[in-house]
Amino acid sequence: MTGLAFLIPIALGMGLFGLAAFMWAMRSGQYEDMEGAANRILIDDEEDAP
Amino acid sequence: MNVPALLVDIGEEAAARRTTRFTVPGIKCAGCIGKIERDLPKREGILSARVNFSAKRVAIEHTPETSEDALIAALEAIGFEAQAVADNPMGTETGERRMLMRALGVAGFGMMNVMLLSVSVWAGAQGATRELFHWLSALIALPVIAYSGRPFFASAWMALKHRRTNMDVPISIGVVLATALSLYETATGGAHAYFESAVMLLFFLLAGRALDAVMRDRTRAGIGALLGRMGKSASVIGEDGTARRIEAGDLEPGMLALVAAGEALAADGVIEEGSSTLDNAMLTGESVPETIAPGDTVHAGAINLAAPIRMRLTQTADDTALAEIARLMDEAGQSRSSYVRIADRASRLYAPVVHALAALAFVGWMMAGAGWHQSLVIAIAVLIITCPCAMGLAVPTAQVVASGALLKRGLLVKDGSALERLAEVDVAVFDKTGTLTMGEPTPRIDLLDDEARRVALGLAQHSRHPLSRGLAAALSEVGVEPAKIDKVQEVSGQGLLGTWNGVEVALERSSGGVDNGGGAELSARLRIGIRAKTLVFSDALRSDARATIGALAEQGIAASILSGDNAVAVAQVAKQLGLPSRAAANPKDKLKALEVLKAKGALPLMVGDGLNDGPALAAAHASIAPGTASDASQQAADAVFIGRALMPVALAIKAARATMRIVRQNFVLAIGYNALAVPLALFGYVTPLIAAIAMSLSSLIVVANSLRLARVAGSAETVA
Repeated sequence: MTGLAFLIPIALGMGLFGLAAFMWAMRSGQYEDMEGAANRILIDDEEDAP
Repeated sequence: MNVPALLVDIGEEAAARRTTRFTVPGIKCAGCIGKIERDLPKREGILSARVNFSAKRVAIEHTPETSEDALIAALEAIGFEAQAVADNPMGTETGERRMLMRALGVAGFGMMNVMLLSVSVWAGAQGATRELFHWLSALIALPVIAYSGRPFFASAWMALKHRRTNMDVPISIGVVLATALSLYETATGGAHAYFESAVMLLFFLLAGRALDAVMRDRTRAGIGALLGRMGKSASVIGEDGTARRIEAGDLEPGMLALVAAGEALAADGVIEEGSSTLDNAMLTGESVPETIAPGDTVHAGAINLAAPIRMRLTQTADDTALAEIARLMDEAGQSRSSYVRIADRASRLYAPVVHALAALAFVGWMMAGAGWHQSLVIAIAVLIITCPCAMGLAVPTAQVVASGALLKRGLLVKDGSALERLAEVDVAVFDKTGTLTMGEPTPRIDLLDDEARRVALGLAQHSRHPLSRGLAAALSEVGVEPAKIDKVQEVSGQGLLGTWNGVEVALERSSGGVDNGGGAELSARLRIGIRAKTLVFSDALRSDARATIGALAEQGIAASILSGDNAVAVAQVAKQLGLPSRAAANPKDKLKALEVLKAKGALPLMVGDGLNDGPALAAAHASIAPGTASDASQQAADAVFIGRALMPVALAIKAARATMRIVRQNFVLAIGYNALAVPLALFGYVTPLIAAIAMSLSSLIVVANSLRLARVAGSAETVA
């Protein structure tokens, strides 16, 4: 039973962490351009080298 | 379109950098992203560029000295046509989607944690542990339900206030009652709490809503990328001779405006100085440019093609012929707002049945002597088990899958209601210019030799006249390299002059009109030194126009032509396609024709592009516009198709009907599950565990069934 005192807060904490991560991802615009993200991996970036 | 709000905040050194957004429809692949983001910052005054591929937009950070025009020129120099975007005009819709996504995130968090606790209870937690878990569940579930349930509660409240009912009413009642009962059970140490059912229900329904919003946003972004080509401001010449730009809404009669070649007129007026040709296709559907001279009356929305003109404004802002069309459109669009979506129609039948059933269960168990507490628990269990979770998903999942598949084929459907109405149409009315035809003059270039082609392209590139543009487009398409022409000049009403390798060349007005027995076709003359060749232009039919009409007929939809163009030109097209036609119809005539059709009980589909089609597009049961259509028409239409093919129109109907089939199947599946579960609930066998399993299973089945549409809509092209 005492295990619950640890496990429940840990479970809730992990859930909250996931929620916070989701909110952060949305606020920083990561869901704004899903197709673009898929396409960007195809860009060759060797030309970018200084 | 969603980027703006974010990017604006980033500019800490606001004084040194500014962000301007451009619509760039030409972004098609990863290469384009790379090119824009890599090459633009190399230019003077541009600090960085960021592409939003889904919205076809570029956000450019630049120094304050760099003007908008310079940025457009920079984009053009690397091969992209661009248009500056007004500040986030669609912010509200984006806000709605974000709100739904946040609510979905919160509901997901709540569902996982409450489920974690509930599973322990189901697994046999007893006494103090069970009570603790119930209290913890309540602690998590209450704020989550209050937050994530708002979209449903608000909508249900609005509906009830207007004495209507919609899908959200039974949902809200179910969620609120389940929560209240669970709270009571928790407080009295009861065995069953339904917190996880309430939260799970919200999660699934929010997933459906969020999908719906994503679909709307996605297509709005696509259409927004096409918008914004019309004259929204004019260059007004003051008394001191200086010119300044004034927004179309602030123009006043009596002002003198300068209209550059290629610019759209922002108000009605009379030409004071200069002669030119006007492209009136958007207003009248007439494909031949009109020649104008001082004293002629011109209308807003027309595009000045050849030379700069000065015009004295007579009617501005809300008094223009254009605004009159807009008013007609507004009125015509009223009828559509009263359309009831299938989900709401279903819930009008469904909700009373469910509520009656729950009431019956309560009364029945009371009479059987079960006591009010047990009777109430059973009645609420009936409500929870029948709560239209799968029904809430039945419509949006099918529509999102279908619209995604259509989007890949070049058709943007605005929202779910549009898909539902598209599925119902039984007659189709087509505009001619720009809809059945390409709306641009196409020359016969097979008569030209290589040299002539290169010279023609070299000259044509320099003009915005529709003939030149049509010629340039046709030549570029077959891979002709333009010849380098020196000293090119455009003489209004004459054509283009220049020299090539020391020889005088010209692309000019053809002296004699070519009569092919059916109205004058357009023609131009290409002159190289002393050699001259006449080029014949025609507004060609879209290559698959006939196939599209055939595909529509196969689906039982009869087509006809309703055009503003002259009778001869219309008759020609009508004969080629074998369709009945009506010519020389003005916007009011078109609107009336549609209303007559509707009065006869038909559900017409209008396909048109010009402003003159606007009222008809708004009045039709459903409407489609090509991507080249005027802004107003694209906004009035339910769907927009991109590209040179007309087939997306037939495909849209086919996919819309397939979608409705799947939606109906989904309803049957959802109701079928209820038919199985309701007896269990009525006889008091439903525990939270059974409710949770039934709910997720039925939702999964509905989603899986909807996914089949990707295949149906995807393969529709070959079938159609």
